[in-house]
Amino acid sequence: MPSTFDTVANIISETCDIPRDTIKPESHAINDLGIDSLDFLDIAFAIDKAFGIKMPLEQWTQEVNDGKATTEQYFQLNNLCTRIDELVAAKGA
Amino acid sequence: MNLEHFQLIDRIVDLDLAQQTIRTEARVPTASTIFEGHFPGYPLMPGVLLIEAMAQTSGWLLVALNSFKRMPFLAAAKDAKLRTFVTPGQKLAITAHLDHDGSGYAMTNAKIKCAGKLICDAALTFRVLDFPNPEMAKDMRDVAARIGLKVEVPADG
Repeated sequence: MPSTFDTVANIISETCDIPRDTIKPESHAINDLGIDSLDFLDIAFAIDKAFGIKMPLEQWTQEVNDGKATTEQYFQLNNLCTRIDELVAAKGA
Repeated sequence: MNLEHFQLIDRIVDLDLAQQTIRTEARVPTASTIFEGHFPGYPLMPGVLLIEAMAQTSGWLLVALNSFKRMPFLAAAKDAKLRTFVTPGQKLAITAHLDHDGSGYAMTNAKIKCAGKLICDAALTFRVLDFPNPEMAKDMRDVAARIGLKVEVPADG
């Protein structure tokens, strides 16, 4: 079974046509990979479907806009994968 | 269908919130300034307006699913196929269903048939936001009432 990171990296690679080997756990989706908000909707859609979750993008964006969180907390891939794992665990609880 | 005012849906035929589907209908007007340029002597319904009709149908579904509290804005059209010409006077049957309800966005699949024949289809992405102002929310409720969209609107909606 692929890791959360592998699944997410494959989704990003296929959705945004980014070479898979350039996508690292420490990559920032926006700053390093250049993914814009519209492309991120496609990624979110694929992640939601793949993991059976609903990523709270609005809440994350609001927290960033309000200065309560940094973009790294949600959009650096290793952190994003941690959030996904938490959402999957919460769903199964 | 009022092309000049971008109001493309004449009537809600059926709305099923449980199944997350909607059916609408619209008749292409026999005369419009748009046909004077598209095209002189050979009037055709512009393909972008067919996509808009699918978007508006999807939009009413999303407005209803959000109980008139949020507004969908078209963000992307994928795999849009315009399969045949649509001419003035034709009656269109438009359907949409919710593919995914995301956080702040939604995906639908929509299609238009004319006399039972599929003429176009697309996968549409919307950003779903709070209404930018009360006037827009009221206007949407007014249009909804006119085209027969029956959804209980919350008092604070």
